Amino acid sequence: MSEERRPIPPDDLHGLADGQLDPRRAAEVEAVLADRPEARCVADYRRLNTGLHALYDPVLAEPVPERLARRRASGWRRAGWLRMTIQSAAALLLLLVGAAGGWYARDSMVATRQEQVAMVRPAARAHNIYVAERRHPVEVRAEEEHLVRWLSNRLRMPLKTPDLQSAGFKLMGGRLLPTERGVACQFMYEDAQGRRLTLYIRNDLPGNRETAFQFGQDEGGVAVFYWIDGSKGYAISGQMPREDLLGIARKVYDQLEG
Amino acid sequence: MADDELDRLVIDQIPHLRRYALALVGDRDRADDLVQDCLERAWSRLNLWRRDGNIRAWLFTIMHNLNANAVRKAKRRPRHDPIEDALPPPSVQPAQDDRLELGALRDALAVLPEEQRAVVLLIGLEQLRYDEVATVLDLPIGTVMSRLHRGRERLRRMLAGEASPALRRVK
Repeated sequence: MSEERRPIPPDDLHGLADGQLDPRRAAEVEAVLADRPEARCVADYRRLNTGLHALYDPVLAEPVPERLARRRASGWRRAGWLRMTIQSAAALLLLLVGAAGGWYARDSMVATRQEQVAMVRPAARAHNIYVAERRHPVEVRAEEEHLVRWLSNRLRMPLKTPDLQSAGFKLMGGRLLPTERGVACQFMYEDAQGRRLTLYIRNDLPGNRETAFQFGQDEGGVAVFYWIDGSKGYAISGQMPREDLLGIARKVYDQLEG
Repeated sequence: MADDELDRLVIDQIPHLRRYALALVGDRDRADDLVQDCLERAWSRLNLWRRDGNIRAWLFTIMHNLNANAVRKAKRRPRHDPIEDALPPPSVQPAQDDRLELGALRDALAVLPEEQRAVVLLIGLEQLRYDEVATVLDLPIGTVMSRLHRGRERLRRMLAGEASPALRRVK
């Protein structure tokens, strides 16, 4: 009885509003709160929190300004520096080879070459290796519900698998892959004729580039559509006519970016 | 942990740092300046971060220290605020409208004393635990709780349409 007369300590009111009381204490406070004026306080504190999120959460979805992303360069480490040097040298070499070959390489074409290295080649190679597998095409099957959660954790990004049933392709499963600096993942799809296509995703690209939807073709003849969004790169690979793959790639793009 | 993974941990926090900084200083350019300073310091000291700690709390600590220095330099008001000495009882007067007017909340937040604003935001927006906030701001937990209480009560009164001491003071 006396408990009900005593004012509820403010700390408990805040703790309840913020979900920071241990469950037992929270239940006690809630029990005495019901017919008390302090219930209004807790409701108001919660509304303040909700209001703050409504005001400022949109910032989370904004692209990080270039100057903040770029400052990563001041955190260069030797390996990073070496990698940059090799990339620059490779770009320069391509420029020279291209010029000698009679065409003039613009900046954008050099960048496309980098994307070839960063996206098209690894996606196409992983495609070739695992599509050929009859017994172990995937590491974790689509039926296992932890597939997406596991790969999302490893890539440190929320993943989802596009639904390609409308194109006749069904998700088989996925696997984790190494990249030169981190991890990537691959989801594999198959249609009724046994044709397979793969979706390759990585989240460790340097810089803060964004590209439109692009087409690339690896030496092996695998067609690859890809796009880059900051550190994230997505590539759809398939051994099929470019037009067919394009239709599927658009579905993937719409589902992942739409 | 590999260097790249460590970098990634910091990079992943940039949107959160921007959100908090904007809410704290209220101006986009100043907020991003603060984030940029914070990141520069974080990159140069990343090897000092305890690997089992909460990276977000660590980054907020850096940001708070930078901001506190800036505020101290710019401060015209006396540091000690006598109006805040007595802990106000929770106001039970109902707010006028159940829906919070967001523009009014933003304005009210802007006139809150910086030290209260930081606590209200770290807890209400960034959802840090009370003890984490105490670590970030290098304060006893009791002080964190009293600043939280004063800050929220002041916001409630301002939003309920009461003239606030803070508003009167800045005139």
